[in-house]
Amino acid sequence: MKEEFTTEQDVKNLVVKRAFRDSIPVMTGYIVLGIGFGMLLKSEGYGILWSLAMSVFIYAGSMQYVAVSLLASATPLITAMLTTLMVNARHLFYGISMTEAYKDAGKGKPYMIFGLTDETYSLVCHLPKDMDRKEQMRYSLLVTVFDHCYWVTGSVIGSLIPFSAKGIDFALTALFITIFTDQWLTTRNHFSAIAGVLASVACVLLFGSANFLIPAMIAISVILITGKKFALKEEKSK
Amino acid sequence: MMHSVLIVAVASLVTIALRFLPFMIFNGKRKTPDIILYLGKVLPYAIMGMLVVYCLKDMSFKAAADFVPQIIAGAVVVLSYVWRRNTLLSISGGTLVYVLLVNFLFV
Repeated sequence: MKEEFTTEQDVKNLVVKRAFRDSIPVMTGYIVLGIGFGMLLKSEGYGILWSLAMSVFIYAGSMQYVAVSLLASATPLITAMLTTLMVNARHLFYGISMTEAYKDAGKGKPYMIFGLTDETYSLVCHLPKDMDRKEQMRYSLLVTVFDHCYWVTGSVIGSLIPFSAKGIDFALTALFITIFTDQWLTTRNHFSAIAGVLASVACVLLFGSANFLIPAMIAISVILITGKKFALKEEKSK
Repeated sequence: MMHSVLIVAVASLVTIALRFLPFMIFNGKRKTPDIILYLGKVLPYAIMGMLVVYCLKDMSFKAAADFVPQIIAGAVVVLSYVWRRNTLLSISGGTLVYVLLVNFLFV
């Protein structure tokens, strides 16, 4: 590490400081979104134990918002399973890109994989270069623990807020629109984004709003696989 | 109650499985198939589009209250994000506008 140090304990403290400092943006986001989740869950009649259990054991922000509507409508388990698969399928790709980096992660590895959320991934996918392997893995583990704590804290605060404003569930819509807008602004090829929206709208109209997710997912996969040429087109000329 | 516990358990186990699977399959020995790499690259954009539609799926055009708040708040999110590129600002701003609209203007 760049900073001067004398003992092993000092190095450890520096890694902790660094992990904490880097995780601050996630702290603000997770606490706000966690509060929204806790409030929404409570508005459906599920209190603090539910938000605590869900945030500890599911620990997937957008999926937990979606899970509130699954709970509220007593969705069949098979639909709950498929919905989770679809909403969280992107995690497969985070994992694929981290297999090499977490190869020798040590004892904390199972927990680091468990806690690999979008936000944690965004922090650990580029590890500090001035640390050795052991420090990097300690750093990743700490970032994972900190982020998980922020999320659980936010959810619990949300459950404790004594009122729930009608319309608070728009936080999830706003989250997805923000990510969608960000992806749109940072890429040139919008084939996949447009395919996702159009296929989903078509499936809502064809199959109804309660049953559109599975057909939409199939349609999107088919369109993306058959339209590979278009989906990769402009990227080459970049 | 029991059904709710099972829904939470299913959501948890499927999420865990998705996060662990790549580490079990691609443990450095096997090459990731091209189709998976391709989907990994393009799927996130389509899925996000699908999730936006998922959130707005019950919008209808029969009464102003069923679509105007969503459109206004959605526009606030997009425009504020294009302007400041600040996720937190856009989420809290858009949600606040939506909450105000559905509680005071379109009751």
